[in-house]
Amino acid sequence: MINFGGWNLPVEYSGLLLEHQATRQAAGLFDISHMGQIRAQGVGALAALESLLTNDPAKLRMGEGHYTFLTNDQGGVIDDLLLYRLGPEDFLLVVNASRHEEDLRVLRQSQSNRALFQGDPGTKAGMALQGPRAEAILSQLLPAGETCPLRNTLIESKLLGIPATIARTGYTGEDGFEIFTSREDGPKIWRALLEKGKPMGILPCGLGARDSLRLEAGLPLNGQDLSREITPIEAGLGFFVDLSRPRPFPGRAQLEQAKKNGARRTTIGLVGQPKQAPPRHGYPVFLSGKQIGEITSGVPSPTLGYGVALALITTPAPACGQDLEFEVRGRRVPAKVSPRKFLLKK
Amino acid sequence: MNTPTDLLYAKTHEWLRQGKEGGTVGITDYAQSALGDVVFVELPKTGRKVTAGEVIATVESVKAASDIYAPVTGEITETNPTLSADPGLINREPYESGWLFRIQADAGKNHALLSAGDYSSTLSS
Repeated sequence: MINFGGWNLPVEYSGLLLEHQATRQAAGLFDISHMGQIRAQGVGALAALESLLTNDPAKLRMGEGHYTFLTNDQGGVIDDLLLYRLGPEDFLLVVNASRHEEDLRVLRQSQSNRALFQGDPGTKAGMALQGPRAEAILSQLLPAGETCPLRNTLIESKLLGIPATIARTGYTGEDGFEIFTSREDGPKIWRALLEKGKPMGILPCGLGARDSLRLEAGLPLNGQDLSREITPIEAGLGFFVDLSRPRPFPGRAQLEQAKKNGARRTTIGLVGQPKQAPPRHGYPVFLSGKQIGEITSGVPSPTLGYGVALALITTPAPACGQDLEFEVRGRRVPAKVSPRKFLLKK
Repeated sequence: MNTPTDLLYAKTHEWLRQGKEGGTVGITDYAQSALGDVVFVELPKTGRKVTAGEVIATVESVKAASDIYAPVTGEITETNPTLSADPGLINREPYESGWLFRIQADAGKNHALLSAGDYSSTLSS
């Protein structure tokens, strides 16, 4: 067990590698009750979110969700989150455990005085069902005749007769779902999913596999690849900063400038070699002998058999395929620039 | 957890087997199990003089990079040549083919190592 944003979470259940492989080949079930669930409701909810988030919430249709950032006045990332629209003035935000209280504070300070932001830490349960068999497993718990939600959408339904909110999304690079319910009912759904998935090879998965899976998919972790000192543009996630709308949001001018003229730093993918020391968080990165940045997240990829990493470096970024080095315990290890999505999906 | 009684142990989860060829060192069954599948090992150079408690090797799994400490003061005389090609030996046979290095301990030094029983009791506390 380790402390993760104030929550005690298991690093692994049966073993990181087994859990990682189960998620890639069949299904993995992750306890994400630590993730904050914030409901924004009431007149002014949309306006409040529009004034704070980088992706435009007004563009979401009912039932649809997208990835977005809550930024500070410098354009640095306070939190990265998923925003779902349940109604014209009704939204669900799924946020990082470590930023939950700060997010709530920022939302509640926003101009709107009639919108309500609810969802204090520890009041909800959440779980992520991920992997190629996720749909087959979840379908067995849905009411007869009901189908799973489409990619990046959310439905309110019942599992085993228990009200649950189900979104088709995830943090592993696989198809899958995030399921939200009350704290009391969470364990019932958890056990039912494991039971239905057992013949297909489902395993409960800990934080270890969650990290190796997300990194193979090139997905960022707040606190490592994102922070108050790193903008979405520098993280290579400018796609989720929508400047086509007129309304300002914190750090908009800085982000607009960076998008137009290029940022001072950028995030690249980096791959090591089999049988070499794997890249890890904090290791310096060198190009032609000169330090250009450091690794923000790195792991020996269980699927690929060599190290994969995200690195924050000064621009201009070297081209994909170019040779680099990173430093491990005083020794330089060869690596190459790679697209950040490391896995080739069939 | 397998903890052979004919070996000596460090609190930091290394084992030492005293033999004719000097001391052989590896990591315990408990340590390999906690680390998970080992993917990379970095070993000290032969001939290096090391002090008990000094970090002299690294064993890496998907989960983490873990420091290995010299269990005694002495000189490294040999390293396991098969580990670079097959680091998983550490998981499969931690007390046999998964050994890390051999060390010639300095004579006369008092080494504070544990018996199997004492080491096992540090794990349960």
